[in-house]
Amino acid sequence: MTVLRRVVLALGLPVVLVAAWWFASAGSTDFYFPPLATIVEVFPETWFGSRLTDDVLPSLARLGIGYAAALLLGVALGIVIGSNRWVRATTEPLLEFLRAIPPPVLVPILILVAGIGDTMKVLVIVSGCLWPVLLNTVEGVRSVDDVLADTCRTYRIRGRLRWWHLVVRSASPQIVTGARQALSVGIILMVISEMFAANSGLGYSVIQFKDGFQIPQMWSGVILLGLLGVLLSVLFRLVEHRVLSWYHGSRTASEEP
Amino acid sequence: MRLVLGLAGLLGFGVLLELAPRIGLVSERYAPPTSTILTTLAEQAGEARFWTAVLDTTRTWLLGLAIAVLLGVLAGIALGSVPIVRAATSSTIEFLRPIPSVALIPLVVVLYGPTVTSTLVLVVYAAFWQVLVQVLHGVADIDPVAHDTARSYRLGRLARVRYLVWPTALPYVVTGVRLAATVALILTITGELVIGPPGLGQEIAIARTSGAVPAMYALIVVTGLFGVVANVMTRAAERRALHWHPSMRTEVPA
Repeated sequence: MTVLRRVVLALGLPVVLVAAWWFASAGSTDFYFPPLATIVEVFPETWFGSRLTDDVLPSLARLGIGYAAALLLGVALGIVIGSNRWVRATTEPLLEFLRAIPPPVLVPILILVAGIGDTMKVLVIVSGCLWPVLLNTVEGVRSVDDVLADTCRTYRIRGRLRWWHLVVRSASPQIVTGARQALSVGIILMVISEMFAANSGLGYSVIQFKDGFQIPQMWSGVILLGLLGVLLSVLFRLVEHRVLSWYHGSRTASEEP
Repeated sequence: MRLVLGLAGLLGFGVLLELAPRIGLVSERYAPPTSTILTTLAEQAGEARFWTAVLDTTRTWLLGLAIAVLLGVLAGIALGSVPIVRAATSSTIEFLRPIPSVALIPLVVVLYGPTVTSTLVLVVYAAFWQVLVQVLHGVADIDPVAHDTARSYRLGRLARVRYLVWPTALPYVVTGVRLAATVALILTITGELVIGPPGLGQEIAIARTSGAVPAMYALIVVTGLFGVVANVMTRAAERRALHWHPSMRTEVPA
């Protein structure tokens, strides 16, 4: 496939869709469906003013802190649970149950415990992102290659060296899968935690616009959330590509005859 | 042995949550002991209102899931079967998929108000992508030899979908349904909680505003149980739908 063809294929439909939206809504007088031109017009003034530092960045900071904490906690607990058969058997049904609780319902409880401040919002994000990371790490640690484990034992590789080079390394493809699932859960929870009793943040602002019937601003918020989701998933893919390049490389090598 | 250990784990967790407030580690106001939660749960289970809520949630969940699966499978087969269409739509799908479904909450609220429709839109949107992406993978996985054979035998378009595409894609479809079921349940309850149509989520919101903390915990336990039942059900359905598939058959000891 030539480069031109690939560019046309990748950009063709999105351009057509946006253009269709633009022209179909151009003369729209429907209150709930303002013209796309109006939405684009209010976008910079809505989000690039003081709102960027007061709402958008704090939201993203909470997401970052909560996500990082969930990753650390999930991987650490996952390694402990995954590497011991007894611990695994004991905790399995409990984890199945805890994972099955839809994370947003924990928001009311965490509001009780931690009030409506930043702590609550970060805790909500941690409580939701933890499970995908934890369960995938457990699976990854459990499926460490026997030959590699025996080799490590034979060479008396123990302690930190063994954890880092054998356990974490072998589990990392699964950990990354868990981290990817956790990221989309995290974005959802970032928004949900701010829709409940908050006084700042991205989710809060969008709800404010909705309640104030500032429909073009509300649409611009929806678009911003969508763009953030896309941007974070692209970032994640870049990081994944770096972290797991050895894995993808070895996979491709073993697939080629 | 595994069963005993598992039960011990659950029991230990229950005892921990019972003791923590009793010995004053956490305030009983925030974290009622397990026994209180369980009594409240039993009380709730005796009320018609509770079962109506469970039924409402089940209905929204299953309806949303069914619509999403149907749309996902149809769109997946249609888009996946024609290489040029697949290539032209993949960037759009990659772009639309990571849009968080909760971003649509304000939109559906102004459009449909606090109704079941609002929740359904969220559920269908979120679950649809899970199915679609899996079906696309499945359709791409068709064995070239089987494909050429079907062509040699001049299987028509419909026959090819029925005997070639569908069996190849089915394991992927089933995986998609399992993922979609979880996502759909989360969005159903979130929608009820935030937007407010009747169901378990709305009951939690009501318990919260009226300060009925044990009832809130009891309902959250119910949502967890709901999720576990949903997981068990989809896994059973998976085994049933794929009993002929090699990946399932190898699990039977020789």
